[in-house]
Amino acid sequence: MSDTPTYGFDTLQIHAGSAPDPATGARQTPIYQNTGYVFRDADHAAALFNLQEVGFIYSRLTNPTVAVLQERLATLEGGVGAVATSSGHAAQIMALFPLMRPGDNVVVSNKLYGGTVTQFSQTIKRFGWEAKFVDIDDRGAVSRACTKKTKAIFCESIANPGGHVADLESIAKIADRKGIPLIVDNTTATPYLCNPIAHGATLVVHSTTKYISGNGTAMGGVVIDSGKFDWSASDKFPSLSEPEPAYHGLKFHETFGHLAFTFHGIAIGLRDLGMCQSPQNAFLTLLGCETLSLRMERHVANAKKIAEWLENDDRIEHVTYAGLKSSPHARRVKKLYKKGAGALFTFAVKGGYDACVKLVDSVELFSHVANLGDTRSLIIHSASTTHRQLTPEQQEAAGAAANVVRVSIGLEDADDLIRDLDQALSKAVG
Amino acid sequence: MDESYTDDHLRKILRRTKTVACVGVSLNEVRPSYFVARYLKLKQFRVIGVNPGYAGQTGFGDQIVASLGEIPAAVGPVHMVDIFRRSEQAGAVVDEALDALLDRGLQTIWMQIGVTDPDAAARAREKGVDVIMNRCPKIEYQRLFGELRWGGIATGIISSKLK
Repeated sequence: MSDTPTYGFDTLQIHAGSAPDPATGARQTPIYQNTGYVFRDADHAAALFNLQEVGFIYSRLTNPTVAVLQERLATLEGGVGAVATSSGHAAQIMALFPLMRPGDNVVVSNKLYGGTVTQFSQTIKRFGWEAKFVDIDDRGAVSRACTKKTKAIFCESIANPGGHVADLESIAKIADRKGIPLIVDNTTATPYLCNPIAHGATLVVHSTTKYISGNGTAMGGVVIDSGKFDWSASDKFPSLSEPEPAYHGLKFHETFGHLAFTFHGIAIGLRDLGMCQSPQNAFLTLLGCETLSLRMERHVANAKKIAEWLENDDRIEHVTYAGLKSSPHARRVKKLYKKGAGALFTFAVKGGYDACVKLVDSVELFSHVANLGDTRSLIIHSASTTHRQLTPEQQEAAGAAANVVRVSIGLEDADDLIRDLDQALSKAVG
Repeated sequence: MDESYTDDHLRKILRRTKTVACVGVSLNEVRPSYFVARYLKLKQFRVIGVNPGYAGQTGFGDQIVASLGEIPAAVGPVHMVDIFRRSEQAGAVVDEALDALLDRGLQTIWMQIGVTDPDAAARAREKGVDVIMNRCPKIEYQRLFGELRWGGIATGIISSKLK
């Protein structure tokens, strides 16, 4: 948005959005743990409620601590604005909400995090929305799945847990041709490893609960808008292009231009869906964000070392880490992930379901946890936990078959992690 | 091709401007031009509305006039003309501004988001007038002076100074 030369990632992850607190000079972003804000007078209140001025009304809509996180993440992703939410799941609903009406659908990759598969295949039906699952690598299938009622294409940059790497540029081209936005969940890659907007995405969502906060402390999500989509080019997106009855007939896109999606997210999304992020969680996430690049470098280095060790172990059938030379995604990784392919992957254990359960029970350093992107290394048997609600076919497509365990490699000493897997594999497989 | 402007340049323009003529202004409270004019007035700019449809009515603290040429001498210098018209009509407004206001302190011609006319911009710049195209002064003011930050917008402003 600014025309002034910008700064490097390491600088922006610390400084973007966070000037010294204007009220006190506090250098670290303070936690504004309050709900309401005093209006100057009745005119000021009216102008804020009419969206004629930007300001603080109520912390469900805007909060100074949360706003710093929003600006920081929008900046790191190369977007124009961001709306922070209570979780990554909330961010997905907040991304779809301005685009969808009852009867509309979203074309989504069949290689997605299991929780997202359930949210999209079951829960959103209750809003009258439909998700059409496709093989995201099959351009013809993606294109054919898009109908007049399709309002977006959705995929993950590096899919959890199977490590499928989406060819963002070619998917973005299909979305462009169809006149709809591409939404990319960039949770597992983080803005340090990949900026989907630079590859053609319109919207980026994150579960900030993962690498961005980084310590397994704070739930949160975010929707970042590229500001590049013309919401008024067709009649597909009336929430953004047509008069909004709740604001006296204001048209968001006409009034706010490239900031329309962000303001709609605050003024309609947070106002009425109420999935706001708490200031305390925004503060913790900001603390984590300050060291994102440093942590991701170590996450990637550890993951690579451990994946290579596993790949050469006789007890392992295969390893899906996209950063391996043997990965079927190696070419895409080379193009899209110059700084590494993240630190989340799966491996298949000889001995199937039972061996996987035994392995998870036998580790000492790895924690058996349904999370990822922690400083600590985590392990989970997806088929019996996070992907339990899925059919075997869905599990297979998502890369969470019964003989597969998922690891989120942390920041510990890589050799210690290898030793831990070695002893646990001995117990599980023999 | 979108022109680019440095933050310093935009800041200088917004700081030196005291009076703005808003061509194509509306008194309909949900129109973007109303948002902008009302906001500029709130931020202590003097706002002269220009729209034949509202001529004679009072808006934003002053009487609205039908054309730039009809801004009363008593208003004093008019530093900036802000154009809320389609690009095809912007050139005529620029020429009218150069004709009527060049000797009345005109420093800047600003065209709103979606409005561009590079030929008209060149004519104005030849006369020493700064031109900004395809931007909104309200958004830039909010971005450069802190307010937009409260809405989670990427302002591009990085500073460790206490403001």
